[in-house]
Amino acid sequence: MNFTSMLEVDEQFKEMSFDGSLVFVLLFQFCKYLQRFQSTLVIAEHNNEKLLPITQNAITAAKKLGGDISVLVFGTKCSHVAEQVSKAPGLARILVAENEAFHGFLPENVTPLVLATQKQFNFTHILAGATALTKSLLPRVAAKLDVSPISDIIGIKGPDTFVRTIYAGNAILTLKSKDPVKVITVRGTNFEPASLEGGSTVTETAPGGEYKTGLSQFLSQELSKSDRPELTSAKVVISGGRGMKSGENFKLLYDLADKLNAAVGASRAAVDAGFVANDLQVGQTGKIVAPELYIAVGISGAIQHLAGMKDSKTIVAINKDPEAPIFQVADYGLVQDLFKAVPELTGKL
Amino acid sequence: MIIRVKPDKTGVVTDGVKHSMNPFDEIAVEEAVRLKEKKIAQEIVAVSCGPAQSQETLRTALAMGVDRGIHVEISGTEYDTLQPIHVSKILAKLAEDEKADIIIVGKQAIDDDANQTAQMTAALLDWPQGTFASKIEKLNGELHVIREIDGGLETIKVKLPAVVSADLRLNEPRYATLPNIMKAKKKPLKKVSPKDLGVDTTARIEVLSVEDPPTRQAGVILADVDQLIIKLKEGGHVQ
Repeated sequence: MNFTSMLEVDEQFKEMSFDGSLVFVLLFQFCKYLQRFQSTLVIAEHNNEKLLPITQNAITAAKKLGGDISVLVFGTKCSHVAEQVSKAPGLARILVAENEAFHGFLPENVTPLVLATQKQFNFTHILAGATALTKSLLPRVAAKLDVSPISDIIGIKGPDTFVRTIYAGNAILTLKSKDPVKVITVRGTNFEPASLEGGSTVTETAPGGEYKTGLSQFLSQELSKSDRPELTSAKVVISGGRGMKSGENFKLLYDLADKLNAAVGASRAAVDAGFVANDLQVGQTGKIVAPELYIAVGISGAIQHLAGMKDSKTIVAINKDPEAPIFQVADYGLVQDLFKAVPELTGKL
Repeated sequence: MIIRVKPDKTGVVTDGVKHSMNPFDEIAVEEAVRLKEKKIAQEIVAVSCGPAQSQETLRTALAMGVDRGIHVEISGTEYDTLQPIHVSKILAKLAEDEKADIIIVGKQAIDDDANQTAQMTAALLDWPQGTFASKIEKLNGELHVIREIDGGLETIKVKLPAVVSADLRLNEPRYATLPNIMKAKKKPLKKVSPKDLGVDTTARIEVLSVEDPPTRQAGVILADVDQLIIKLKEGGHVQ
């Protein structure tokens, strides 16, 4: 029975029924019908200790698609992460692949695992939060499946219809995918995080195999350490731009950030000038953030920067140039020298 | 880059708009030229898939130091729905034909913002990938790639042949000088079609609409820090 004939039956039943109950039963069956034909694999992201919060946003996106949701956890150490995921309500299964081959989460080694999992379960959707890892991994998987992946979606209108931004967030594209399997990364800030409480999904072992391809090797990592909240999930973000004048001056922002329990970000100009590390960059080519409060300090507001933060709920701009484009998107603007305004704000909070 | 959405919501206005090489691709070209200057690469081939105007982009690459160009001509509706999967198949085929050892592309095109082509090309060739590269070095016959990742940097090594995608900080692209622009006009530029390469460019997506993003309501300019604190309190951002 195809989708249309199912709807026709639904209509017939509506006409035949004398009370609402039959229609209700049929709608229920209709949902079950959809579920049989839709199943999503969510790629979990973690650091071998903790699940990354963006996986929770990805689970919410998967729920919007309807149907079964499976979560794949891979790495060199997965038990704790799998346990965390198992508490998310509404999952069909959690597949765990613990293997030394996944050291450094190299796409060359992980892709065959995702393909083997896909071969076993025939998912209609493979989905993950958009991060540096999944942006590397999912297109590789998609090419192997001969499908066109869909990057960084901000909305789901149906099982094959998605919304994403193009041209640095200056246009919104709604597209219909014609491919049999949809390989999708989702913009975390556009989907609420799914709860990690109350569920009790049993974990299973993902398809085994020789996953070490030898094509690539992870050598080392240099992570910027910080006690502040992580940039993409922080409720408050304070970013500095070229107007900060030096890396030392970013201390002004760190002091304010500590008062507001905020993460600190930067514009590309500040990164290129060497004030801060590039993983703090907010913008089209850096991180996309959408916090409750975004405070832009000494940032002019280039289009590429706005692409990374203009969905923030409240935007505050502190800039001495009243003509700065950032004031066009700011809810509250303060035309002042940041070296006076920021310490004053920190002092008074 | 100011763009305008077409009133019929089918796309953005591209006619009569200034076009230029994708900034990430300029970085890719620059890196290739540097590899040649370091005697790591012998020859550099630039490829562009698209309408006739793509040749101007190829000439720019040739003026930066690329040896020869291949224009894969795709126009009209076929070009409107051209996706990274199609470009990857073309690049993979050309890499095999030309016996390339390294493919360097930009990490993303700033129009579709897809960030997929390097990864898909590597997959099709079964080559390793070094995405979002901020440094590339050849050591003992392998490529060491420093990658920009969430939270910092990581270093991987990949066997050759490999695909690399350039991040913004990989290098500072050079400007083409006038003599080099003149010389570039004499460099070979071959034209082929996807069909010649056996690549099917059938649309994988249907564009339902392209719209303007919601505009934010105009904000207010505050007189001083005290007023800002009042607003932050009203919004529940501070106690």
